[in-house]
Amino acid sequence: MPHMTISATTTHLLNFQDVAMTFPDGTTALSGVDLTVNRGEFVTVVGPSGCGKSTLLRIASGLETASEGTVELDTDRIGYVFQDATLLPWRNVTANVELLAELNGVPRKERADKARKAIDLVGLGGFEKNLPKTLSGGMRMRTSLARSLTLDPELFLFDEPFGALDEITRERLNDELIKLFTEQQFAGLFITHSVSEAVYLSTKVIVMSGRPGRIVDTFEVPFPMPRDPDIRFTPEFAALVGDVSHALREGHS
Amino acid sequence: MSTQVKTQPQTITVKRSGRPLTTWGPPLLVLAGILAIWFVISALLGDRDFLLPPPNEVLTQAFFNPSTMGDILQSLGRTATVALTGLAVAIVIGVLWAVAMSQARWVERSLFPYAVVLQCIPILALVPLIGFWFGFDFFARTIVCVMIALFPMVSNTLFGLQSVDIGQRELFQLQKAGRWTVLVKLQFPAALPAIFAGMRISAGLAVVGAIVGDFFFRRGSPGIGSLIGNYQSRVQGAELFAAIITASLFGVLIFAIFGWIGKRAVGKWYDFGSS
Ligand SMILES: Nc1ncnc2c1ncn2[C@@H]1O[C@H](COP(=O)(O)OP(=O)(O)O)[C@@H](O)[C@H]1O
Ligand SMILES: [Mg+2]
Repeated sequence: MPHMTISATTTHLLNFQDVAMTFPDGTTALSGVDLTVNRGEFVTVVGPSGCGKSTLLRIASGLETASEGTVELDTDRIGYVFQDATLLPWRNVTANVELLAELNGVPRKERADKARKAIDLVGLGGFEKNLPKTLSGGMRMRTSLARSLTLDPELFLFDEPFGALDEITRERLNDELIKLFTEQQFAGLFITHSVSEAVYLSTKVIVMSGRPGRIVDTFEVPFPMPRDPDIRFTPEFAALVGDVSHALREGHS
Repeated sequence: MSTQVKTQPQTITVKRSGRPLTTWGPPLLVLAGILAIWFVISALLGDRDFLLPPPNEVLTQAFFNPSTMGDILQSLGRTATVALTGLAVAIVIGVLWAVAMSQARWVERSLFPYAVVLQCIPILALVPLIGFWFGFDFFARTIVCVMIALFPMVSNTLFGLQSVDIGQRELFQLQKAGRWTVLVKLQFPAALPAIFAGMRISAGLAVVGAIVGDFFFRRGSPGIGSLIGNYQSRVQGAELFAAIITASLFGVLIFAIFGWIGKRAVGKWYDFGSS
């Protein structure tokens, strides 16, 4: 029987035990997934496209219910950043950032404060009144990040958030995400198809196989947080990227 | 300590060219062509040109004739009242109908066929019946108007409400937002461009509906449709054309006004494209 419990005693924030997902149409997206995200961890999942990474996040967030296994969640403060910024085009930056707090019934003044703080955190000061269509892709993603930050999330889920951005914007946002992670004390579960992004951002990299997605390997990332952007050019970094890529290729075949 | 970005992200300004010559030139050329053909045809008709009096005659005999123009404008006023009332009713019913359908599949399945039926009814055949049921004055005319103008409101609003991006929907779902919240804060604003596009179409149809209505229902104060009927039976070609042109211009005006209202309301974040 699949079930989801919110317990307050465990040390981990999120725990998957033997989770499988078969959709009504018979597609099996995940099978036998064991996964733990502890407080203070930033876990990244890499895997070939279509292997069930989004499904994994959707199950963690409660958007989808696993067809088998156990999912334990130790918080109800979850941030979720989609691949697309999913901003409401008729709301300006401030109103978009306030949305989630508004939906949760946070009083007007309090949510305005939260929004202002979050907008500063992602460096969007000065663009409060801009409509989404006047923002670049990177700024839209910042707005989306700020929106989730207003929830003070304990667990932050990211589904390939920077996949559509250019290299430079992506690297800059990676650094800012690391700063947010170290300052705001949330745990992260981050999906990407870029191995170097995975290694750079996370404390743990999980490699998934092709569909149905299984976890084929796990790598602890030893570099200290916050990351020095230059570690990307060290042999240790390159070696780890090589190992993860290798595992990815093995799992794919 | 907070994270700050020192770079200045670029903004995109959306601009639209509005050169008067490129905007107004082509349609004016077409107008000149139409007037030329009109002249030629009425010249060819010779002494049977009451069928199509030349444009200058329409101007001098009708448009520049205060008593004729007085009649035309007065009856246009009555028709406009019917059209705008019918339009208002069609907007309210259409939006409510669509909102009801957007709330559950089974409601949509039960109600949508009737929206289609409404559009397929040969209204002209029904108009005399409506007269018998509801009388031959304002009320019956408004009903005809609503029947003609309703469908675009229903279908456009429904389309708009259902076109909400799945990601945005899930964003609301993650916060456990209720049906009403999703409708008010997400679906309805997202549907506004489609609703305004529907309004524009319905506005044009409402004018047509009002004219059809008073074409058939001559009782009470006559609208421009009955005036057109009168000119027709009295073979007053110039007056007839003046009335038709005035009625058409009114339709265009209403269409333009609703286009403008739509642009004012949602043009800031939604691009209707040209026109
Ligand atoms: N609601 C659904 N019904 C049926 N199949 C689905 C559904 N959602 C996803 N899938 C399938 O499950 C597989 C994994 O999807 P997804 O988790 O989106 O992959 P990824 O994010 O790793 O690219 C894909 O083959 C996809 O087509
Ligand atoms: Mg995906």
